[in-house]
Amino acid sequence: MAMFSPAIFITTAGFFHNSAVHVALAIGGSAAVVSAIVGVFTVLRAQSFAGHALADISSAGGSAALLFGLPPLVGFLAMAMLAAGGMEVVGARQIRERDLVSGVVLGAGLGLTALFLYLDISMTTASNAANMVMFGSMFTIAPETMIPALWVAVLALVMCVLLYRPLLLIAIDPDLATIRGLNVRLIGLLYLLTLSIAVALSAMTIGAILSTALLIGPAAAAIRWSCRPGPAIIIASVIAISATWGGIFLAYDSFYWTRNHGWPVSFFIVTIIFLAYLASGRTTALARLRRAITA
Amino acid sequence: MLSNFMINTWTVASLVAITAGLVGFFTVIRGASFAAHTIPLSTFPGAAAAVLLGVNQVLGLIVAASLSVIGINALSRRGQPDVATAMTLVMMLGLGTLCLSQISQYSQQVYALLFGQVFGISQASITPIAVIDIFAAGALLMLFRPLLLSSLSTDLLQARYLTATRLNLAFLIILALASAVALPVVGALLVFSLMVGPASAARNITSRPVLAMGLTVLISLFTVWTAIVLSYVTNWPVGFFVGGFGAIAYSAGRGALRIRRWKPSPIS
Amino acid sequence: MLTVDSLSVGFPGNQVLQDVNFHLPQGSFCGLIGTNGSGKTTLLRTILGLVTPDKGKIETGVGGIGYVPQKIQLDPFMPLRARDVVALGIDGHHLGVPLPSPSRRRAVDSMLAEVGATEFANRRVGDLSGGQQQRIMIAHALVRGPRLLLLDEPLANLDIRSVAEVIALLHKLVVEQKITVLLSAHDMNPLLPVMNQIVYLAHGRSVSGAVEEVVRSSVLSSLYGYHIDVIQVHGRVLVVAAVGAEARTTEMAHEPVHVTSIP
Repeated sequence: MAMFSPAIFITTAGFFHNSAVHVALAIGGSAAVVSAIVGVFTVLRAQSFAGHALADISSAGGSAALLFGLPPLVGFLAMAMLAAGGMEVVGARQIRERDLVSGVVLGAGLGLTALFLYLDISMTTASNAANMVMFGSMFTIAPETMIPALWVAVLALVMCVLLYRPLLLIAIDPDLATIRGLNVRLIGLLYLLTLSIAVALSAMTIGAILSTALLIGPAAAAIRWSCRPGPAIIIASVIAISATWGGIFLAYDSFYWTRNHGWPVSFFIVTIIFLAYLASGRTTALARLRRAITA
Repeated sequence: MLSNFMINTWTVASLVAITAGLVGFFTVIRGASFAAHTIPLSTFPGAAAAVLLGVNQVLGLIVAASLSVIGINALSRRGQPDVATAMTLVMMLGLGTLCLSQISQYSQQVYALLFGQVFGISQASITPIAVIDIFAAGALLMLFRPLLLSSLSTDLLQARYLTATRLNLAFLIILALASAVALPVVGALLVFSLMVGPASAARNITSRPVLAMGLTVLISLFTVWTAIVLSYVTNWPVGFFVGGFGAIAYSAGRGALRIRRWKPSPIS
Repeated sequence: MLTVDSLSVGFPGNQVLQDVNFHLPQGSFCGLIGTNGSGKTTLLRTILGLVTPDKGKIETGVGGIGYVPQKIQLDPFMPLRARDVVALGIDGHHLGVPLPSPSRRRAVDSMLAEVGATEFANRRVGDLSGGQQQRIMIAHALVRGPRLLLLDEPLANLDIRSVAEVIALLHKLVVEQKITVLLSAHDMNPLLPVMNQIVYLAHGRSVSGAVEEVVRSSVLSSLYGYHIDVIQVHGRVLVVAAVGAEARTTEMAHEPVHVTSIP
């Protein structure tokens, strides 16, 4: 593919013919969309910490999967769902207490991660386990993971569509939702399970402790740009996909401009998302300024 | 287990446990769990950067800890605090990934920084840890009453020099210092377990604030000591036991509270 | 006493208070009435010095200000007894861990007795009922002996009985200790029997004076932009909004006054 100018675009040659890149684009893209959509509800519900905690805890599953030779997706997903169930069982409505419960479950989950990673490193050949599980392994995802990962992503999207209105209503006022006949706890649990899928997908691609970036960043930026949930979801998805694909492209490219010492995909994705978040702050500041001038 | 070599471990682990307990007490009553998780975790890139640039590790940790406090503080002014915290965390971790990828032999180091390396602490590292820990603990005890008061309502702080924003910043700085020194010992991810587990149990055992704080420190010391012994015996990572005890302590605390509330008349 | 003189407060793009004036002599029981968003909390926070005014002067006399903030959601897990909250009112801004002190203990005990909270002094504050928590917060505000007490919506979220109890407590403090009380509320009815001054905020502007002067159908209707009746039942005055579409008119303000009799 002939690219117009700067040096960084020169090496695009092999990009679209590399099967590892295909897998990364497909799984990364689906992880991005699911995370962005679930993320909008996460930010509205002020549950960033729970989202982050589930992502971190899913690393216990990822490291256990390595130990027992299971597909990583199964490990990440099972552990995230288990933790989501755990948080729901303890059940706390106050944000402060809910954060503490997330924290305690997180602590226990990370303890397990520590154990499994220790066993991975000492008992298997996966000496790079800590790095793979915690910081992602976008280019080393097995191609056969792609189809199940896409199905899981579709399931999460269907859940989002079904839960769209109840979640918005609950975000406005849980009591109001109860009066309207919604089972707030059940919906909370379903939401946490959807959240588990989102974080498991992105944990597999950009790493357990970084998947928070895909979950919170695009959503937080989008909510500042649009105050309506529908457009916010679309903007968030666009930011997430651009960041992920852009990150994959830059990481692939960086092999050439850093002389085969490529920079990690996760770094690029996080940086793009962070910049989008900062830029969104600027537009609201601008809007406020404009209002102040016209007022 | 009580050899010369282990004495450093016991000393440093106890210092870390005391400070983490004190910080944890305020973390829990102020509802600052996310910040308490974020600051240690986003401090860890500092260690990686220090290796890469060839500077002192403690310096790297403290710089990274300060950056994360500044990040949380600056971003919170413009949006939801939990989002600000999350964004600071991921950006710091993103930088950390970059630094790590540039260090050739890193997997073992990543593991140690994330999950701790209690055994094999050198004599020389005790002094800086002790100095910073004592400073952090002293600062917290000085701020005991204002911190307690502002956790009821920030509007209750009427003194001019101690505004709610400044007090919160001071708390984050103390948290950052405590995290920076605890990190090489118990690891970025589990500093946090040590901060929330013991305090969440202690606050349900007693209603007296000073007593609850003391109990937190005791539970924290007990957790660390038991975890070291178990880790020594089984060879499993310390973090596994610290995290597990955190969850047990929390559940025990909830149980204790339920029993207290069952009594027909309150204890006076 | 409290004097507020041509006070204006605004945030960028939002003028909250405009030229607010009133004077409360020592020992007044004053209701600060207004709808949500009318600037009640901002006014109280400005008097406390937490917000800097754009214009105007505030004089609070000597003796400091006690403050009960809006709707404190006390964490049921917070390790804090009722008496600890009151003790924080004495020295909460001091540095260091509190050491046992007999004089502080005496001060706390007498304050707890004053607000009728002795029986639940040693209970966890998060376990107390809304009315009990409000008494503790009043004790917290008064324990340093201020001459002026500000309360932000202390009656919101309380049941009818707790409302009556909190009002009776405040009334007792005004009568016995000549404390000036300024209390914000969106519903003035429970306060009508005890308050002697009223400050009414609407759209950033204020009307103030003795209750008899302000609680009139004509004054209230023009403030609300909606027809308001002032009626008398069993010797008590009640303020009610009129029903029906024809009430929604500002011209109503010029109609004759219906009932203006205050016990």
